[in-house]
Amino acid sequence: MGAYRNNIDAVRALVRDSEVHRDVYIDAEVFDLEMEHLFPNSWVYIGHASQLAKPGDFITATIGRQPVLATRHSDGSVHVLFNRCPHKGVKIASEACGNTGKFFRCPYHAWSFKTDGSLLAIPLKKGYESTGFEESPASIGLTPVKHVKIYRDFIFAKLNDGGLSFEDYFGESLSTIDNMVDRSPEGKLVVQAAPIRYMHTCNWKMLVENQTDTCHPMVAHESSAGTAVKVWTREKGDSTDTPMAVQLYAPFMSPYEFYEKSGIRIWPNGHGHTGVSNSIHSDYSQIPGYFDKMVATYGEARAKEILGETRHNTIYFPNIMVKGPVQILRHFIPIAVDKTLVESWVFRLVGAPDMLYERALMYNRFINAPTSIVGHDDLEMYERAQEGLRSNGNQWVNLQRLYEDGEKSDVTEVINGTSERQMRNQFHAWVKFMTQDMTERAEAAE
Amino acid sequence: MNEKAIADFVYEEARLLDAMQWEGWLGLYHAEARYWVPLEWQQQDPVLQPSLMYEDVLLLKVRVERLSGERTFSQKPKSRCHHLLQAPQIVECNAETGVFKARTSFLYTETRGDTLERYSGWASHELIAIDGAFKIKLKRIDLINFDAPFGNIQLFM
Ligand code: FES
Ligand SMILES: [Fe+2]
Repeated sequence: MGAYRNNIDAVRALVRDSEVHRDVYIDAEVFDLEMEHLFPNSWVYIGHASQLAKPGDFITATIGRQPVLATRHSDGSVHVLFNRCPHKGVKIASEACGNTGKFFRCPYHAWSFKTDGSLLAIPLKKGYESTGFEESPASIGLTPVKHVKIYRDFIFAKLNDGGLSFEDYFGESLSTIDNMVDRSPEGKLVVQAAPIRYMHTCNWKMLVENQTDTCHPMVAHESSAGTAVKVWTREKGDSTDTPMAVQLYAPFMSPYEFYEKSGIRIWPNGHGHTGVSNSIHSDYSQIPGYFDKMVATYGEARAKEILGETRHNTIYFPNIMVKGPVQILRHFIPIAVDKTLVESWVFRLVGAPDMLYERALMYNRFINAPTSIVGHDDLEMYERAQEGLRSNGNQWVNLQRLYEDGEKSDVTEVINGTSERQMRNQFHAWVKFMTQDMTERAEAAE
Repeated sequence: MNEKAIADFVYEEARLLDAMQWEGWLGLYHAEARYWVPLEWQQQDPVLQPSLMYEDVLLLKVRVERLSGERTFSQKPKSRCHHLLQAPQIVECNAETGVFKARTSFLYTETRGDTLERYSGWASHELIAIDGAFKIKLKRIDLINFDAPFGNIQLFM
């Protein structure tokens, strides 16, 4: 018998003002409840519309544990559908992406569906005559996910009917997506390649928290970024140009004061970002020809404004991080309480010089790959935490740095960049979306 | 600089890696060399297509130096590796043009602590002869499951 199912008070008690109980990371029942409540109550990232360029293109995804697919229909519309045959439940699309042609055909008994999900044909149709089939949910075809929003080509979906609208859920945080898209001289991003995939044997929230943890790089990454700086200093000779690789590694060694000043902005519902006034992405070399193209599109003042925004990591609660200045989106996909699949996607800025894409791809393989030494540093820490948290010595994880009495939740604020406030912000949202439909259900039962 | 010399070179590289003689291993690489692990099937472009690794000698030195770093926590305990190679297939052996290429099917094992991971694929070597010795210009590792989500791969295939 678990302690948390049907026990809303126990779930709430896992999060305190400045600490959280270890069960949020290590308890399998809490994980199950996240899959059943937190993810269905949240707006979850499905993919990017450029992955669905042509009619018949599809991608698959999961929301919590539920398989879904997104398709491009013949009229150009995008549909998000449950990836389950209405007949006996077989998954309709089994690959990460592909093109299904004019229709989906279930491999089990050949029911077929239009690319908007509607039922096209059933073999031996006669057998359903006067069975009342029209009344069954199977007759509509693949069940659509009702709440879908495509924001500047980013496809989001929410499974549950209750809760916040897309606009209320994300609010001002969408400014990070806006900035990333505006960095294209044509105002357009495309996904051109598969993501880098990296399996983490730890809870998904450790990764999400780490994105705004500014007190770890100079410590944990001394091994990778620190060594890169050391080797370059020793070997550079009279070279005056810092190679792109060193430009990407070196800022990880920035001191605490750098992060303190660069700031964190928090938003309602668990969203927030590091790098308000400047960031580890601020000092990369100019890419020849890029600024001129931006000026041609936006005018000089606006171009400067767009490129002057060098936000570091933006968390879109619950499980993606967007990095505008290098066009990367990381998706933290929970598999089990101690297992998380990380997919790191790179966007290409349409109309921008190739070198920007080259830099983004380089950043992704340096920092986010199973072959990345920076990634090794981080994963080692998560794995040690996943094991260490089994200790009964102390059951609480401390998130107290720069905590102030009476700290408000669900507000927008800019704060000291070494604060753990964004983690507290996330856990406030965690309780909210975890218990939202538990509350509704409890009220309905009264 | 015959076919046997190419094969011997490939075996010697694997031996140095298995023996964790990193400095000796780095010494096999030409100053302009690249070490490439593609992320796509039959990938053509290491720069504008994503790769798992595409490193020059400076970056390889960073990796090697890091392996013995005092604060390299992902190497406490240390990893070890083993290369099981099929006989290298000589793709080109032309002393006149100076082009020497081999392709070697491999099974690579990396262990750390109690875990053991296996990877399989093909290693392609592009060598040049300098003063009667080969140097690596390009080592390319094509994994059969390049698109799988791996955990940390810390050493060299
Ligand atoms: S399960 Fe799909 S047609 Fe029968
Ligand atoms: Fe990190």
